Amino acid sequence: MAAARSGDVSSLRAAPLVELRGITKRFGSLLANDAIDLSVDAGQVLALLGENGAGKSTLTRILYGLSRADAGEIRIAGKPVTMTSPADALAAGIGMVTQEFTLVGPMTVTENLMLAGSPLGRVDRKAARARVLAASERLGVPVDPDAVVERLSVGERQRVEILKALLGDCRLLVLDEPTAVLVPADVDLLFASIRRLTAEGMAVVFISHKLHEVVDLADRIGVLRRGRLVADLPAEGLDPVAIAALMVGAAGPADADLPDDVVDEALATAVGLDGAAPSTQAGPVDQGRPAALQVTGLSLAGDPRPRLDDVSLTVRAGEIVGVAGVSGNGQTELVAALCGTTPVTTGTVRVGDAEVTGLDVAARLRAGLGRLTEDRRGSVVLGMSVEQNLVLEDLDRFRTGPFLSRRRVRAHAEALIERFDIRAAPGDPIRSLSGGNMQKVLLARALERDPTVLVASQPTRGLDVGACQYVYAQLRALRDAGSGVLLVSEDLDELIGIADRIVVLSGGRLVGEVAAADATREALGVLMTGSREHAA
Amino acid sequence: MRFVLRGREPRWLAAAAAGLAVVATLALTAGPIRLAGAAPVSAFERYVVSPLSTGNGIAEVLLAATPLLFTGLAVAIAFRVGYYNIGAEGQFLVGAMATTAVALALPDLPAAAALPLGLVGGALGGVAWAFLPAFLRRRAGIDEVVTTLLLNPVAVLLLQGMLNGPWRNPDTGFPDSATFGVGYRLPELFGSRVHAGLLVGLVLVAVTAVVMSATPLGVRLRAAGQSPAAAEFSGVPVGLLQWRSALVSGGLAGLGGASQVLGVQHQLTGSLAAGYGYTGVVVATLGGLSAVGVLAVALLLGDVQVGAQGASIALQLPSQMGGVLTSVLLLTVVAALSVRHYRLVRRTPRSPRPVEG
Ligand SMILES: Nc1ncnc2c1ncn2[C@@H]1O[C@H](COP(=O)(O)OP(=O)(O)OP(=O)(O)O)[C@@H](O)[C@H]1O
Ligand SMILES: [Mg+2]
Repeated sequence: MAAARSGDVSSLRAAPLVELRGITKRFGSLLANDAIDLSVDAGQVLALLGENGAGKSTLTRILYGLSRADAGEIRIAGKPVTMTSPADALAAGIGMVTQEFTLVGPMTVTENLMLAGSPLGRVDRKAARARVLAASERLGVPVDPDAVVERLSVGERQRVEILKALLGDCRLLVLDEPTAVLVPADVDLLFASIRRLTAEGMAVVFISHKLHEVVDLADRIGVLRRGRLVADLPAEGLDPVAIAALMVGAAGPADADLPDDVVDEALATAVGLDGAAPSTQAGPVDQGRPAALQVTGLSLAGDPRPRLDDVSLTVRAGEIVGVAGVSGNGQTELVAALCGTTPVTTGTVRVGDAEVTGLDVAARLRAGLGRLTEDRRGSVVLGMSVEQNLVLEDLDRFRTGPFLSRRRVRAHAEALIERFDIRAAPGDPIRSLSGGNMQKVLLARALERDPTVLVASQPTRGLDVGACQYVYAQLRALRDAGSGVLLVSEDLDELIGIADRIVVLSGGRLVGEVAAADATREALGVLMTGSREHAA
Repeated sequence: MRFVLRGREPRWLAAAAAGLAVVATLALTAGPIRLAGAAPVSAFERYVVSPLSTGNGIAEVLLAATPLLFTGLAVAIAFRVGYYNIGAEGQFLVGAMATTAVALALPDLPAAAALPLGLVGGALGGVAWAFLPAFLRRRAGIDEVVTTLLLNPVAVLLLQGMLNGPWRNPDTGFPDSATFGVGYRLPELFGSRVHAGLLVGLVLVAVTAVVMSATPLGVRLRAAGQSPAAAEFSGVPVGLLQWRSALVSGGLAGLGGASQVLGVQHQLTGSLAAGYGYTGVVVATLGGLSAVGVLAVALLLGDVQVGAQGASIALQLPSQMGGVLTSVLLLTVVAALSVRHYRLVRRTPRSPRPVEG
């Protein structure tokens, strides 16, 4: 708590640009934000850190008027303001890019910005277009004002979101996990833009789980733990290990309530940081082992080029095969085709001994396919509870006569919550879970069935370091138990660290394969971009 | 002042909203009732309380609620899975026509054969009328709201065509069918006009309630209705469930038509096209798409409908005033139920709250 108090000194200096005082937010019995004091000065980058569910998004949503604090106040340049909606926040000079984007797909960039700017009144397309160009000049990254948003890459869309937030007279830009969805090149561009903006005097609050980025970019860091601000320090001189220790509570007196093993585990985690996942290959897999997943000649027609073009690959039992590639080169389509949500044009998919090409999702599940897709919120029924989502794939197993046995559903959910350390009660609405906990629910649902093969796409996106390590450990355990894993990821360190073999997808085609033991970022990068002219 | 989305909703909120809607309805309809020359308080008493004060009145309420049970349930089941069947009206009428066809073709069957045959015929008639929109939705993705709605007037025209053509009453020459044989009378209950169709409806309400809340199928249906993509991802065959629910929905509406001709009219008449199917949409929506809700709302609307007849006799109020009352109730309830997600806040900045800690 000593660290948190350091903010109090600021009242002696000139008032900070934005100041939060005693912000408190409860969800039922859960204290998501506990009397948080924080401030940001002009030209400063404040990084908010903390484990999944620590309350970071909640705090920024309050700052942007998307949610209302139960107690506490927000001051801008020393004056208290009431924020009841994003419109208030924008008027007060606060812009935000949330975790979910809010662009209208079929419209152009200019039209999207016009929507945000002036809901009523005259529509001056030319002036709006000029403003888009001027704003992208400010970012230092070109943005085509006439591009249709749904054709843009994720990185480009994010730039449009930032432009939207910068409209008006924005003095504080809030970015909730902006880098979670970006490829490394886009992260560099984003950071360059942030530096340009702060040089102009803009303040930036930014949430991230990637600690090395934080050290790169932030001037100050605020660390949240279970709703409390446990540290508020200059970033100068901190290294990722020290930050990780703060997040889980290995430093300072405030963590007396944490058992030692949690701290040890967290520190062990932190040590593995620089190589995202410590490498533990089991050595080359015996080619004689049975195939867990066999994809032959898979193609998916598209316009103008096929979205998947003659993809063949085999995942053997007891093997993790990584799929690398620049996003938008067929990864999403490959996963959808394997999961049965998109019908393929030609080719076959076999899971274990069963051909599942034409089968529906339920039949694929029965054949032993497990899935973990990048679209977490799209994989659960948001209106239902944690336990209902946990059993949704397998309802008939919990039947007593014709009825669903609530008791057995509850017992099953409780067992999984215990085994996978999900921080939620069985009856909680799944909508209220933080990203990491939702991923654990999905992981639990997929692994509990003992899949022959698990198709996992971006399984650690948006997860804190501890949760990432947890997912890696689960994937390895699954492999060691004799299942196959197909791991689609944009994080090369992750692939190199955990996969046994890595194949590279580019322009919808497999363009290379390397053993993970010999793989380097550079070699993969060359493969990934070597056929760039095919790329989207 | 303006509305802000609530973070969390207390449990009592929905009930409070419904209560508020009732109060608002009373306030809003008091004016028209006064204009029509009656005292609002005694009029409301006539509408709601009087029908329930005599045994005969209660029987009439049950009778009025019976067809609404079927159509309300039909609509609720379809809406729940995300299939927006607005065609219960047509399905109800075609069900009644199918029952009539059976009754006129085999007039002398004994009750033990006639009633099951008549009811099953009605259900199949409803299924048949629901088939085309459901098929078009499943095979071609054509919006069922438009197709089911457009088939309603077609069913009404078909009814009128049959009554003015092949089924014109041979004795009177009126556009009513001949009276059905004695085997085709649903038994009456409690020595009143209430008939066994009510029991069929109650059983269906109970079965639906149990299926929706306590079986795997119920969970799948709800998941399919709430987030089709996520349900599909979890192995729930959304399209198949919608297709089946569409047909079940049509069957229930058709069964309602059968119950009405077998239990009340004992012949087919043009007066059957009285909007039971459309009212079913109201019943399902007001009842929150739950079976028990449908039962409660059907009884309430039956009550007001019977009350409206009494009020028009006793207070000289136009009988349409009952319709005004239920329509205003629909609007206020739907408005209150959606506004409950919001909270009213003052726009001006307030003095800061004391800082905790
Ligand atoms: N609307 C809500 N209703 C109930 N609980 C909620 C709601 N929103 C958030 N929570 C809970 O509040 C806590 C903080 O959530 P928050 O989203 O702020 O976490 P976070 O730090 O952003 O995590 P992540 O890194 O996973 O995004 C979590 O335990 C979450 O389950
Ligand atoms: Mg968050």
